[in-house]
Amino acid sequence: MQHTISVIVENDFGVLSRVATLFSGRGFNIDSLSVAPTNEEGLSRMTIVTRGDDQILEQINKQLNKLIDVLKVLDFSDGSAIERELALIKVAAEDDARAEVLRVVDIFRAKIIDVTPKSYTIEATGNPLKIDGILELLRPLGLKEVVRTGAVAIGRGAKGWNG
Amino acid sequence: MKMNGARMMLECLKKEGIDTIFGYPGGTVINLYDALFDCKEIHHILPRHEQAGTHAADGYARATGKVGVVIATSGPGATNTVTGIATAYMDSIPMVIITGQVPTPLIGNDAFQEVDIIGITRPCTKHSFLIRDVKDIAVTMKKAFYIARSGRPGPVLVDFPKDVQMAQGEFHYPETVEIRAYKPNLSGHPRQVEKAVAMILDSRRPVMYVGGGAVLSDAAEPLTTLARKLSLPVTTTLMGLGSFPESDELSLGMLGMHGAYCANMAMSHSDLIIAVGARFDDRVTGKLSTFAPHAKIIHIDVDPTSIKKNVRVDLPIVGDVKDVLLKMIKQADKHKEKLTEFVAALTPWLADISAWKDKHPIGYKQSSTVIKPQFVIQKLRELSDEDAIISTDVGQHQMWTAQFFQFNKPRTLLTSGGLGTMGYGLPAAMGAQAAFPKRQIISICGDGGVQMNIQEMATLVQNRLPVKIVILNNNFLGMVRQWQELFFDKRYSSTCMELPINYIKLADAYGAKGFLATKPGDVESVIKQGFSEKGPVIMEFMIAREEKVLPMVPAGASLNEMVLNA
Repeated sequence: MQHTISVIVENDFGVLSRVATLFSGRGFNIDSLSVAPTNEEGLSRMTIVTRGDDQILEQINKQLNKLIDVLKVLDFSDGSAIERELALIKVAAEDDARAEVLRVVDIFRAKIIDVTPKSYTIEATGNPLKIDGILELLRPLGLKEVVRTGAVAIGRGAKGWNG
Repeated sequence: MKMNGARMMLECLKKEGIDTIFGYPGGTVINLYDALFDCKEIHHILPRHEQAGTHAADGYARATGKVGVVIATSGPGATNTVTGIATAYMDSIPMVIITGQVPTPLIGNDAFQEVDIIGITRPCTKHSFLIRDVKDIAVTMKKAFYIARSGRPGPVLVDFPKDVQMAQGEFHYPETVEIRAYKPNLSGHPRQVEKAVAMILDSRRPVMYVGGGAVLSDAAEPLTTLARKLSLPVTTTLMGLGSFPESDELSLGMLGMHGAYCANMAMSHSDLIIAVGARFDDRVTGKLSTFAPHAKIIHIDVDPTSIKKNVRVDLPIVGDVKDVLLKMIKQADKHKEKLTEFVAALTPWLADISAWKDKHPIGYKQSSTVIKPQFVIQKLRELSDEDAIISTDVGQHQMWTAQFFQFNKPRTLLTSGGLGTMGYGLPAAMGAQAAFPKRQIISICGDGGVQMNIQEMATLVQNRLPVKIVILNNNFLGMVRQWQELFFDKRYSSTCMELPINYIKLADAYGAKGFLATKPGDVESVIKQGFSEKGPVIMEFMIAREEKVLPMVPAGASLNEMVLNA
């Protein structure tokens, strides 16, 4: 089963490789990973989408917590978070296909951000499942390039991660 | 006070109470060594190989409980420490490794003797630091020592570029250190302790299963008190040997692949396993699906990742083993009456255990013509000092030592349990001897492993470290040979050493003494001669070549399926 985990880390030298080494060394999967600084000085937040049964998930959580640079691990596998992903999609668009692309873009509330006579480049955001959806519809038209950020997640409700 | 970075590093070591270090000079630590030249408070020992220096720091740490410190230069010096670091990491040994690094402007340029040692050691260190500024030295070292020795201990590597060693700065050592993301939980939760004691009092076939954590947290005393108070049988892992006296009636000896029959049977029939600073390693559990089928499990460990990693656990207690055991003793004392009932109800269980002990005790067949290795180990126990420290390499001799030496005190066995590092024993003994110049330090080796760090004979002689080296020589890589005999149709692929080495001449070449025993009648006199020498000694015993370590749980089999005679 897929799980989304947020990891609050010290923005220190090598912290990304420590996390990556942990996943590869222990045979855990990473489906996607995104990292960027937070609103608090010196802290970054990683969002990791991973897979595994409960026991593996528990180990991933504990092993992440064990890293000296990791301040907090938030496990969002219970649906307690809102997830978003951004994708940039370059799709072939000539003749009739141009209109079809625009229809799909409209349905998914995406945006065209670059146009050539032969292609559209689309910016789409939403739940990762929504991104999967738009890609599925565009694929028959000829996907030229797809760039996904991987999911980011934030807990529901009024509280921040540290209260 | 103003000084350069190299001098600051030594001041940090002094502030941490470090008086003995191991290290090997080179281009990027030459400034550090220049500062060391004037430093009277720190005794520096020069090994003949950085790997051995690292094992020596590890042996020092295991024997004393203090943090071991080793210095190596950048590049090959640093990479040579890797096996030593991984060895310490697997057994949770507190160590600080200081590696020289090329000057910061050159990092990443493939400079001479540059290697990304932080990258290389990331999976086998508890943490690591690169010091980029002379201002950061003191706080970094404070953190490094704190991380190395607290919680579940482990090796911490500090990469120390040459330009930072040369830079001038003001030295001020912090009194305390605060790492907001690192707060190990040492105190066992009182509710969990209550539940644990209740579970024990409800059990009828309890076993304490004790690992290296009990040694690391210096918990031998409360462990012994609790076990005796509740009449709990105790089995230990290889790493746990010495935490509970094997001479005690309640001791089952070591469990696992080459453990005692009674220990493995007790685990298999138990209704409650109290795991104390142990991690359910595959060499201990055998086949996981049939491991301890009737038992509930209480697991006490300072590291939450150890809990539920391999086996299901009914009651986890995260905390320092010593703290938890002390709390359990107090809790047990609250139930005085129930306690007496409980101990009385254990009678049938203790009788079962006693019957298993009698049925298949750890033993061997004595010979009048060839030396049996087990006999050598028994004689060593008989003739050595009560507080002697034993180190081993890895293989048959290691298991014979574990089975036959009888360890009664903590920190008297130095052995690479997790990583299983050949070449560990001799340098580890060297480290222990540096810590305790007056104690008897015995390095028990096979003829395979001893050759992996034999160059340290020079360090022993030069530094007057009178380690007694015992070589059990079967001219085989014995443990692999044993597996080839049992599971590969006696196809001895590359396990015969073929070329016999004259270890007596070798000892002589290094300026040490060597003694040889070729028949059982020689054993006692060689040991006595060796022990009576003031300096380092090699005692070589030509042992029965195809003697096997038994009993044995074959890899992948259940604990109660022991091969007793093969």
